[in-house]
Amino acid sequence: MDNIILKVCTKVLFTPIILFGLYVQFHGDFGPGGGFQAGVIVAAAFILYAMVFSVEDCKVIMPPKLNFFLLALGAFLYGFVGIVGLILGDPYLSYDVLGSSKEAGQHIGILLVEFGVGLTVCNVMISLFYSFANFNFGKKNND
Amino acid sequence: MTFIIKNLPILIVITPLMFSLIVAVLSNNRLAWILSTFASFLTMIFSILLCFELSNNSNISYYLGNWPPPLGIEYVIDKVSIIPIIIVSVIGFIATLYAHNFFILEIDRNLVSKTYSLWLLTIAGLMGLITTADAFNLFVFLEISSLSAVALVALGSKMDRKALIAGYNYLILGAVGATFYVIGVGLLYGVTGTLNMSDLAQKIPALGLNKSVIVAFTFMMLGIMVKAAVFPLHIWLPNAYAYAPSPVSVLLAATATKVSIYILVRISYTIFGPSYEIYTFESLRYVLLYLAILAMFAGTIMAIFEKDVKKLLAHSSVAQIGYIVLGISLATSPGIASGFIHLINHALIKAGLFMSVVAMGYYTLKRIDVNSITGLGRQVPITFFAFVICALSLAGLPLTVGFISKLYLIKAAFMSEGIWLPFLILVSSALSLIYIWKLIEGLWYNKTNSKSEKIKELPEIYIPLLIISFLNIYFGIDADLIIDNSFIASDALISGIK
Repeated sequence: MDNIILKVCTKVLFTPIILFGLYVQFHGDFGPGGGFQAGVIVAAAFILYAMVFSVEDCKVIMPPKLNFFLLALGAFLYGFVGIVGLILGDPYLSYDVLGSSKEAGQHIGILLVEFGVGLTVCNVMISLFYSFANFNFGKKNND
Repeated sequence: MTFIIKNLPILIVITPLMFSLIVAVLSNNRLAWILSTFASFLTMIFSILLCFELSNNSNISYYLGNWPPPLGIEYVIDKVSIIPIIIVSVIGFIATLYAHNFFILEIDRNLVSKTYSLWLLTIAGLMGLITTADAFNLFVFLEISSLSAVALVALGSKMDRKALIAGYNYLILGAVGATFYVIGVGLLYGVTGTLNMSDLAQKIPALGLNKSVIVAFTFMMLGIMVKAAVFPLHIWLPNAYAYAPSPVSVLLAATATKVSIYILVRISYTIFGPSYEIYTFESLRYVLLYLAILAMFAGTIMAIFEKDVKKLLAHSSVAQIGYIVLGISLATSPGIASGFIHLINHALIKAGLFMSVVAMGYYTLKRIDVNSITGLGRQVPITFFAFVICALSLAGLPLTVGFISKLYLIKAAFMSEGIWLPFLILVSSALSLIYIWKLIEGLWYNKTNSKSEKIKELPEIYIPLLIISFLNIYFGIDADLIIDNSFIASDALISGIK
C-alpha cells in the first residue's frame, strides 16, 4: 500500500494509540479497563503499522523473538507476583503482604498482575497476526 | 522451608507452569530439557511430600489468594486426589527424562524448547485438574491441558502429516467436550449460585429433581466422557496417540485419560453423589456399565486387526479405559477401588509399552508396524525384555500389576453383578492375548532369514524403561500400597455419599 495519507496518519496515530492503551491499562484499577483491553489496543497500533507499511517493517520495530519473549514474560510476571506473596508467607496470589498496608499491597499486586496480562495479550495478538500474515495461503501448490 | 510445606497444593501446579514459561524462551534445546526435567522432578518431590503431609490429616484445603470458599478458588487434596497426583508426577518425570532423544529426532530443532514448554504446560494443566475443587477453575485447567496436548500431537507432523489431522480431530472433539462441561457448570451456577464443589454438593439436594440440575449432570458427564475417551466417544484417541511425537504418546496415554476418569468420579460421587444418589447410580449403572463392556470388546477387537503398533496400543487403551470405567460404574466400594487400582496399574503398563515401542522405532528409524517387526526383539534385547514384561502385565499374568487389577475387578464384578460380568471380563482378557502374542511372536521369531545385527541400545532410553518395568513387577508382587490406597480412596468417596 503506497498511500502517503495513510502512512502519515499511521505515523501520527501510532504513539497516541499506545498511550491510550496504557491509560486503559492503568485505569483498570479504578474503572472500566484493564490488561485484556489495553493489550488489544496496544497490539492494534502494531497491527495498523504492519497493515499500512508492511509486515517486514513491523518486524523491525517488534522482532518476533522479542515478541515471543514478552509474551512469556507477561505470564511469568503474573505467576511471579503470586510466588512473591507465597514466599512472604501468605497463600499464592494473595497481595496483602506486597505493600506496607493491606490496601497498598492489593494495589501493587493488581497493578503488576494486570500489567502482565496486558503484556501477554498484546504480544499474543501480534504473534497471531504475524503467523497469519506469514502463512502462504495455497502458494505451495503453485511451486 | 515451612512455606513450601504450607503451599504444597499450589506448588505442584505452579512449578511446571512457571518453568514452562522460562523454558519457552530458551534457545538451547539441551538446557530446555534439563530445566524441564528439573521442573518435573521438583513436581514429583512436592507430590511425594504432599503424600506424607496427607498421612497426618484427612484432607488439605488451600485458599488461593486468601479468599475463602465459596467465593474464592479452593484447592483440595484428599485421599482420592493423591492417587492421580502421584501418577501424573511420577510418569511425568520419567517421561521427561526419557523425552530428549526423541524430540531432537522428531521435531524441528528450533521448536524443541517450545515443545518442552507445551509439555510442562500439559503436566501443569493435569495437576491443576486434579487439585482444584472449583468447578469453573477445573474448566480452565481442562482447556490448558487439552490445548497444549493438541499442539503437542500436531507437532508430530514432521514425521507424519497425519498428525495434523489427528490433532485437529482432538481439538474439535476436545473443544466439544469442554464446552459441554462448561454448559453444565453454567446451569449449575444458575440454580445454586456457587462453583465450589463441596458447596455445590450441599446445595444441590435442596433443589430436588430440578430439571436444570439433571441437564447439567448430563452435560458435565458427557463432556468429561469425551475427554476420558469412554467408548463410543473415543474416536479422537487412536490417531492422536499414534501420530503424536513418541514421548507425547507416552505422557498422554499414561496420564491424560486417567485424569479425566478421575474427574468423572469426582462429578458423579462428590458433586452429585449425596443428593442424586439414585439418579447418579442408575445412570452410572445403566449407561457407563454397558458402555464399558462395549469398550472392552470394541477396543480389543480393533487392536487385534490393527497393523500399526502404536495405534494398536491406543486401541488397547480404549479397552483398558473400559475396565477402569467398569469398576467405577459398579458404584460399590470394591468396584471403585478396583477402578482406581487399574487406573494406577494401567498408567504403569501403558507407559512401559509405549516407551518400549517408540524406543524400537527410534533405533530402527521407522514406524513400527506388525509386518516390519520380525526379529526386531533379538536386535534390541533390553527393550524387548521390558516390552514383554509390560505386555504380559497388560494381559494380566500373575506376578505383574495387570494380574492384581484383573483380580480385584473380577472380584468386585462378581460381588455386585453375579457370574456374567466376570465371564465377559475374562473373555475380553483372553481376546487381548491375541494381539499381545501377535506382537511378541513377531518381535522374537525371525521368519525372514535376513541377517540381524544387534543395535546398540542407549542407556538414557533403557534406564527409564527398566524403571517402569521394574515397577510393573514390583507392584505385582507387593501390591499392598496400591490396593490399600485405592480402598481408602473408594471408602472416602462412598462415605461422602452415606
